Amino acid sequence: MNVTAQEPADASVGAAPARRRRRRGRYGLVARRLGELVVVLVLVTFATAMIIELLPGNAAVTILGDSQPPEAYAELERELGLDQNLFVRYGQWLGDAVQGDLGRSIIPPGGEVMDRISSALPVSVQLAVMGLVIALGVSVPLALWSAWRPGGRVDRIITTLTFGLVSLPSFVAGMVLILLFVRVWPIFPRAEWVRLSDGLGDNLMHAFLPALVVALGEIPVFLRVLRGDLVETLQQDFVTAARARGMAPARVLVSEALRPSSLSLVTVAGVSLGRLIGSTVIAETLFGLPGIGSLIVSSALSKDLALLQGAVVTVAVIYVLVNAAVDLSYSRLDPRLRRASA
Amino acid sequence: MPPHSDDDAQGLRSAATSAPEPGSRNEELLLRARDSAAPLEEAEALLGEPVLPEGPRAHRSPRSRGLGIAVGLGLALAGGVLVLLGTSVLRKELVMAGRVGLSLLGVVVAYLGIARVVRAIWGPRTDVAYYMALVWIIVLVLAALLAPVLPIGEAENSSLTLTEPINARPELWSDHPLGTNRLGLDLLARVLYGARTSLVVALVATLIGMVLGGTFGLISGYLRGWTDSLVGIVTNVLLAFPPLVLLLALAAVLPRTARNQALTLSILVIPVNVRLARASTLAFSQREFVLAAKAIGAKRRRIMVSELLPNVLVPLLSYAFIVLAVLIVAEASLSFLGLGIPQPAPTWGNMIAEGRNGVFEQYPHLVFVPATALFLTVLSFNLVGERLRLRFTSGKQVEV
Repeated sequence: MNVTAQEPADASVGAAPARRRRRRGRYGLVARRLGELVVVLVLVTFATAMIIELLPGNAAVTILGDSQPPEAYAELERELGLDQNLFVRYGQWLGDAVQGDLGRSIIPPGGEVMDRISSALPVSVQLAVMGLVIALGVSVPLALWSAWRPGGRVDRIITTLTFGLVSLPSFVAGMVLILLFVRVWPIFPRAEWVRLSDGLGDNLMHAFLPALVVALGEIPVFLRVLRGDLVETLQQDFVTAARARGMAPARVLVSEALRPSSLSLVTVAGVSLGRLIGSTVIAETLFGLPGIGSLIVSSALSKDLALLQGAVVTVAVIYVLVNAAVDLSYSRLDPRLRRASA
Repeated sequence: MPPHSDDDAQGLRSAATSAPEPGSRNEELLLRARDSAAPLEEAEALLGEPVLPEGPRAHRSPRSRGLGIAVGLGLALAGGVLVLLGTSVLRKELVMAGRVGLSLLGVVVAYLGIARVVRAIWGPRTDVAYYMALVWIIVLVLAALLAPVLPIGEAENSSLTLTEPINARPELWSDHPLGTNRLGLDLLARVLYGARTSLVVALVATLIGMVLGGTFGLISGYLRGWTDSLVGIVTNVLLAFPPLVLLLALAAVLPRTARNQALTLSILVIPVNVRLARASTLAFSQREFVLAAKAIGAKRRRIMVSELLPNVLVPLLSYAFIVLAVLIVAEASLSFLGLGIPQPAPTWGNMIAEGRNGVFEQYPHLVFVPATALFLTVLSFNLVGERLRLRFTSGKQVEV
């Protein structure tokens, strides 16, 4: 513990000479990150295109079964581009994708992959954002409450519950929530989706439980990270000064301690986002919502490869972009980090 | 950890319990006291137990110890009775939600009772939850290993269970202690065979991830240069897919066998292990013993294998239990979505999926039995893993 306290002091030794380098380094850093980003995006789309190569044996037979006329196989192979090699296929796919054409879905209801994705995406985004808002709304007050007296009764109870919650898989939580609040004690309507354009209230009622399932996965992590940082911040001199001036505990927590303690929350954002997408997939499947998660699951089950590829690429690209944005914003938020990476 | 005298802690406790008027000199003193003792509180919160023996409890007489055991046993018994009432006795008198609530209350009361007994016997600092987690893991592993020779029902082949009752509720002293599913397959047997699948798949994936990820992390951290960049790019690409989405995409095209499941899950943990191994390699390769080995002319391979590897293994191993917990959940999620090892193979995810589409409402035990097994197992691995991680990471902090 003594050692960790020394780290900031060590870092500040090189601060003055590094100042000029840092200013130049910032744009260099952004440029380097952008370059890496492009490489990763190309490789990600390529890796997704490669997935079809993993299909054992003849892809067309695996997809259609072995009781179709031979023309059907030939046509499917042409449709999937399997008569060409991987690189040619990837080149064509990428060329089309850049123009907004991700191919056609071959399994009913079929249609353009792009249309299917663009009608599914808003549902998933709404779920994820609502889940995030609920998770923050629950975990920030609880973290403040539990960090005020570390090791106290409230803190122990919250820590224990957090541990329990982190071990509860989201599909189990979802099924229990459905049982309790849809069937036994029907506060919420049966699982279906009402578009935002058909009424905000109705939409929120239908989205709340699935969003809660998404939130339950995030709450324990947010709570743990935020509580840890808050406990540390509350020991610092400026907090003691504020308290010595007679500032009310609630104000000390919210206006003094919360902001400097929320930085670690941003560092876990990348991991959180991956989990968030995972639980959105599960919530959508569980509640039968027409989001991109259920699109991925159903296309994976029916081996609708064009749709699967399009949906996976969309999610992966969004994930990479958001992560990159978080990365950059983090080095802007915390000057120490900028220095370390420049 | 700075040493603290008992007086410190006593003063802190009495100060914390009596609330002084805000702004008074007392409060200022209190603030200072709390500040100085804050690391203690922090440690207590992390360990979930008092670091110093609390005043009155530390000097317990044998009589009060006996009393503690008695009260604890009473609580444990009461909890057990509540669980029994909730799960089997009051089946007709109470609605489902009430029974679930009662059973949960019973579990909490029983836990508090057992905790009291254990603390009375082994001292107030015993981490009861940790030992209970270890007991659960050991019992589960033994039961899963012995599943073929245990006197339990049929787990997979429904042509053997035509005469068995279907959807039987749990009845502890019957042929099917945890009930049966809609094909008459025994749920206890399915839970145990499911444990075999889950544990083996997760364990193999963790090991592959550790070996491959550890090797690549070590090499890239020690050699740096283009090796490091290459490994970094591959790691970034693997990390660029949200974990579950990657699993789904692979499950769509690969045959769904336990072997493939373990391989795909290992892809998930390789990048994490690479990063962990690389970070500790970077830290350790500047240390004196490595420089000394280099100075006496040790080859690169020798330095990596016999100087760095033992130190890099420590964090990897201490994270292994947490990784196991994550992978067990991932495997179950995949099965639940219908993309794991196909039905009727007994996996916990498959069993929980049997309760989808309203079946759960009618036969809650179909979901509660495997879900409880899954939850307890994941919780146990998390508890053990967290303790290992805290011990080894804090140990490292003091050492560096």
